[in-house]
Amino acid sequence: MNNYFLISIIIAYLACLFFIAFWAEKNSKSKWVNNPYIYVLSLAVYCSAWTYYGSVGIASQSGISFLTIYLGPVISLPLWILVMRKIIRISKQHKISSIADFISLRYGNSRFLGALVTMICVFGIVPYISLQLKAISETFEIITDETSYISTSVLDDSTFYIAVLLAIFVAFFGTQATDASQRRKGIMTTVAVESILKLIFFLIAGIYVTFFLFDGTTDIYQKASQLENFKAITSFNGLEAGFNWMFTIMLSFFAIFLLPRQFHVAVVENDREKYLKKAIWLFPLYLLLFNVFVIFIAWAGNLSLPGAVNHDYYTLLLPLQNNNLALATLVFFGGFSAVISMVVVSTLALSTMLSNNLIIPYGFLDKFIKGNPQKNANYIKNIRRISIFSLIIIAYFFYINFSYELSLFSIGLISFVVIAQLAPSFFIGLFWNRGSAKAAKTGMIIGTLMVIYTLILPFVFNVLTGNNTFVEKGLFGIELLKPYQFLGIDFLSPEAHAFFWSMFLNTFSFLVISIRSKGNYRERNYAEMFVNSSNYTNLQDGAYVWKGEAYVSDIRNVLNRFLGEERTERALHLFNLKYGISKEEEMADARLINFSEKLLTGSIGSASARILISSVAKEQPVSLLEVLKILEESKETIAVNKVLKEKSDELTQLTEQLRNANSELLEQDRLKDEFLDTIAHELKTPITSIKAASEVLTDEESMPDELRNKFLENIVIDADRLARLIHDILDFEKLSGGREYLEIQPNPMHGTIKKAIMGVHQIAQNKGIKVEYQNDVLINASYDEDRMLQVLTNLLSNALKFTEPNTGIITIATQDKKHQIEVAVADNGKGIPKEDMKYIFDKFYQSKYQNIKKPIGSGLGLAISKKIVESHRGTIWIDKKYKTGARVVFTIPK
Amino acid sequence: MKKILIVDDEPNIVMSLEYSFKKKNFEVYIARDGNEALQIAVDKTPDVVLLDIMMPNVDGYETLKQIKNNNTLKNTKVVFLSAKNKATDIEKGLQLGADKYLTKPFSVKKLVSEINDLLQ
Repeated sequence: MNNYFLISIIIAYLACLFFIAFWAEKNSKSKWVNNPYIYVLSLAVYCSAWTYYGSVGIASQSGISFLTIYLGPVISLPLWILVMRKIIRISKQHKISSIADFISLRYGNSRFLGALVTMICVFGIVPYISLQLKAISETFEIITDETSYISTSVLDDSTFYIAVLLAIFVAFFGTQATDASQRRKGIMTTVAVESILKLIFFLIAGIYVTFFLFDGTTDIYQKASQLENFKAITSFNGLEAGFNWMFTIMLSFFAIFLLPRQFHVAVVENDREKYLKKAIWLFPLYLLLFNVFVIFIAWAGNLSLPGAVNHDYYTLLLPLQNNNLALATLVFFGGFSAVISMVVVSTLALSTMLSNNLIIPYGFLDKFIKGNPQKNANYIKNIRRISIFSLIIIAYFFYINFSYELSLFSIGLISFVVIAQLAPSFFIGLFWNRGSAKAAKTGMIIGTLMVIYTLILPFVFNVLTGNNTFVEKGLFGIELLKPYQFLGIDFLSPEAHAFFWSMFLNTFSFLVISIRSKGNYRERNYAEMFVNSSNYTNLQDGAYVWKGEAYVSDIRNVLNRFLGEERTERALHLFNLKYGISKEEEMADARLINFSEKLLTGSIGSASARILISSVAKEQPVSLLEVLKILEESKETIAVNKVLKEKSDELTQLTEQLRNANSELLEQDRLKDEFLDTIAHELKTPITSIKAASEVLTDEESMPDELRNKFLENIVIDADRLARLIHDILDFEKLSGGREYLEIQPNPMHGTIKKAIMGVHQIAQNKGIKVEYQNDVLINASYDEDRMLQVLTNLLSNALKFTEPNTGIITIATQDKKHQIEVAVADNGKGIPKEDMKYIFDKFYQSKYQNIKKPIGSGLGLAISKKIVESHRGTIWIDKKYKTGARVVFTIPK
Repeated sequence: MKKILIVDDEPNIVMSLEYSFKKKNFEVYIARDGNEALQIAVDKTPDVVLLDIMMPNVDGYETLKQIKNNNTLKNTKVVFLSAKNKATDIEKGLQLGADKYLTKPFSVKKLVSEINDLLQ
């Protein structure tokens, strides 16, 4: 392909990325930018050119060991919910913007430690970036079929221009805000888009190779198994290989947490903790998809390109060999995407670390104290921009001068081993509060020196002397000091060997020094806050112990320099509001000191923030014991407050319950009063009647016998009514209070119905009303027969009352349902008016629409029937659809 | 002859009252609810109405209002005769314009003499 044509496509592609980043920054609130998928896809920045090309190279030469790099992250992901969430919480709380900040803050805001971490990261990552540039350059050559002209002049090299464009991209979108702990939506969105592109293009290449160049996986397998090295690359070489595997998996396990770019995407750019839940399954899936075709492409390459020098580029060479230029271009852009996202995020993370943890704390603080806010912000941004350019340029020159011989895989691994030196202080420090700054520094330095001795020096000696004596004979010819077989351990690969020794010495010195020496109070304070972070989230700024003298106005001045007056005022206002501190307060307390440090941390790093604030505050040393005591106390205060709050909530709840109970009682009382009222009224009526009749009889001796008898009869009737009323009232009360014991036992319902009909038979016959029992079949159910008779008799009496003599027909029907039986009493009377249906089961409810003549009932019949049915756990209701009279239905369980 | 209208839905009570008033030479009319009572009242303009409160259809309060609204019944006295004996009930009855409020159970003899007094 013509290289100018390719360059135009590259420029168009980069323009697209600029546009996407620009759009995402502008629409930073959009749901397209803020969702867990962007987060997960940005994690896939892990898959760099090393994954894209290097895996295939390894797979073609040493088989499936390329997988170890992905197994580590996959194993670590379930832990994310626990570990990563803790890291994210701490980082958000302290406005941490890089791993250097994180570690330096954990060990008491140590300036040196922040700088050390930064240097280790730069040392580890710059070669790695240069490797990415190498991949661009080499694939560019392959696809344009140009011979290398890197050696002729930098200005002729297209890779150089691409590197510069990338630097502009990062500098533009990475330094929009001075506060480095703020999100860069633009960059993250492009990274996510690139993650999709690289995966899809790689999958397309995999499918093309596997199913178009070959006849599917079995075909490749069968053909590849004919190759002579096939056995070697598909088998597992005993215990030694096992160790190599284990160490490489551990290495990648650490890398997914510690690589500056991973820390940046996973922690600094995390918007919501809950995204982690998506990440723990989606990210492994992504890695799996990425690795599905690696082995097949590798075998296919071994088969089709036996003469290829660099196995890394099989993915590109295979389509080219088959004249599929379009696909080769896609593959090129997939790899290009992988490179760009890695380079962009890495330089972004590194430049923040360089500026906030190395350059500013070690050189620019004095300047900042004098400068005005606008100027300071520009300074900070410029420091970062210069860092970005320097990093990329250094990486470029490193690539030109050193990295010809090394494969993607090996430089990648060296980089991992270097970064892994942060692991002991990072992970142990996160869970063990004894870990001290001194221990962290020593461990890191010893570990890094060991890596240099076992991995870097052999390479350097080789380049300098042109022979391998250092590796073969050891330092000064001492066998035990052989860099690849230190102290005689000779079964590990160089990288695993370096990892083992550096990690061993690093961890060992970290632990020993931590145990032997206690850190100062400040270290201990932060250790406490990190290790038991969940305890202190409630304390917030109060978790920081500080004693001394500082004026609010001084602190305000410092803040002004970086945030500007408006933001400073706003922040202090919020602070005062939160803790209920008066605006007039002159002296600053620990909370304000901590709050102000946090405000500055995002802009200039935690170490610088601390130095700046302490420059205006006279701090008194606090003993370790005191720190712990104060922390314990504030923790207790919080705990006590919490208990008090709980108690108060409980009381409120109780009061509410009492209030409810009281109104319930009042309502009950009112109902009781009403009931008594009604009873009194109902009782008075027959008594009045009896009294009146008796009086008339007493006064009148001359009354005709017939009339006298009539009066006497009335007295008897009313006395009966009175007795029945009293009986019903007592019965109803008994049923309502649940005091009535029901003798529930299996009974034949049809028998009970017949008994009830017999009971009203005489009255019905006298009135000429027919009582019919339909479907007279045996149904058994469990009930109290006396009570059931009472219900049935009551319903029948009501029906008799409301049907016309001589034409009235009353029917009883039963229905056997699955779990219950249904009994219905219907008549052909005038029916129940709609208005009455709702109240008809209320006690003493008597229809307005009944005959003028008072019925004989007590007004309690249906109410009692309802109570009886309900105490059988059944229901009773009026059939509203029944139009030709009244129909009352009840059910009881079998 | 004095005319009395007895309004109650309890036939047994009505029977005793009817007997006693007839003996005292009253012309006795009987109604079993408010509607009937109003019809008869307009028709016969009784001197006094004995009115129960808890009745079907139109209750005693409503009946009293209608009697009071009727010009031809200006001079008709109304006496409530009810089992409702709470102070609030009595007050309500008197406020509506009843001339007397007697509670059940009552003494027939005393009732008759009180009605006589009222009509003096």
